[in-house]
Amino acid sequence: MREAIRLALVVAAKDVKAELRSKTALLSATVFGALVLVIFNFARDPTALSSTDLAPSALWVTFAFAAMIAMNRAFTVEREHGAFDGLLLAPVPRGALFAGKLLANLAFVGVVEAVALPLFVLFFNLDLSRALGGIVGTAILATIGFVAVGTVFGAMVVRTRFAELLLPVLLLPFMVPPLVGAVQVTSRLLADRPLSEMLGWLRILAAYDVVFVTVAALVFSSVVDE
Amino acid sequence: MTAAALPTPSLERAHAVMRRGRVISAVALLGIAGVYVMALGFTPIEARQGLAQKIFYLHVPAAWSALLAFSLVGIVSALYLWLHDPRLDLFAASSAEVGLVFAAVMLTTGPIWAKPIWGTWWTWDARLTLTLFLFFLFVGYLSLRTAVHDRHERARFSAVVGIMGMILVPFVHLSVYLFRTLHPQPIVLKPSAPSLPSEMLRTLLVSTLMFTLLYIGLVTLRYGIGLAADAREERDAA
Repeated sequence: MREAIRLALVVAAKDVKAELRSKTALLSATVFGALVLVIFNFARDPTALSSTDLAPSALWVTFAFAAMIAMNRAFTVEREHGAFDGLLLAPVPRGALFAGKLLANLAFVGVVEAVALPLFVLFFNLDLSRALGGIVGTAILATIGFVAVGTVFGAMVVRTRFAELLLPVLLLPFMVPPLVGAVQVTSRLLADRPLSEMLGWLRILAAYDVVFVTVAALVFSSVVDE
Repeated sequence: MTAAALPTPSLERAHAVMRRGRVISAVALLGIAGVYVMALGFTPIEARQGLAQKIFYLHVPAAWSALLAFSLVGIVSALYLWLHDPRLDLFAASSAEVGLVFAAVMLTTGPIWAKPIWGTWWTWDARLTLTLFLFFLFVGYLSLRTAVHDRHERARFSAVVGIMGMILVPFVHLSVYLFRTLHPQPIVLKPSAPSLPSEMLRTLLVSTLMFTLLYIGLVTLRYGIGLAADAREERDAA
């Protein structure tokens, strides 16, 4: 078990190191997130809809789209020079490989979200002094589940043509439950509602994480092994 | 782990399966025409909704067939990852395609009914949203299938999507259900006795039977086409 964790961390560290050397995907994903937030501000009629009303949806649509861009890179980088075959030939159990890829993906999506959140506060002129902890917690809870699904789908679509197009088509339906839950919790957090009103949604988010991380880990070997 | 090679189907056998599929589908289509004679001529008109309610005999059975098709895709996908039988993959692909057609019927007849009755074509009600996402899920499933060339890889990938889709359904259902729901509640499949007049129930049941038969016919036909395509490929390769 300890060996598996170590191997997972090695795989994740490899991805992080490779990305830090080029920074292309991370940079484009964060810029993309910032642009979506800017566009959201122009997509609303300021006389009809206050920015606080739109804020939760804007935040989560931005997170979802930027996460998609960030996740696309996890396996596309492996495509060149048969890197993924090398990774599969390495004596790494599939579970550890999946965990490593998942951790790397979580790190990238986390960075993108961490950049988008302050911009969101800035653009939407919000006071997050009280809701910040809750929003960060919700973001973590909602992100883990769909990134697990995205890791499995990413490994599949990279073997196809149009990988960048197929990932959103496959993944967006899977983003619905976490997205709906996260938007609901965020809007309650921004309105300073008591925890009891969010508990149901938080439970759904947690259940989604547990179920889909488990399922994704189980089916991953069927995806990568011929 | 290598998938078993597909037993080489002969073109004759494939054509026989296709013929069977065509016959069953034709019988089912005739039956559905009969259902409409029954619905318009021999079933009472609903007191408040009037003639608009007649679409019920098309909408509900289509929804039934679509959900049947999608459930079978999920179950068969799980079986495929276990048994690696290429026939299961071909069945899942056929069922997904046919299910998508039924889902399209359901998603078009619904708004036609909803406009006069609810006063709106579409509403973000729990059941509508869920079926719409199921539709998208299977569009994604079929797009993935067309994008993968290797047969074994395609089978494995689509089985994974099929299984994950089946697991996703309760979550989508739960999260959209917490929005208020407007769709008519179940009137047949519910704990107490069906709450609709027996003539209407009879028409509905006959229609559901015919739609199930149509599902079987179309899947058989599509399965036969798949067998024929494999046989051709095999022959060209030889």
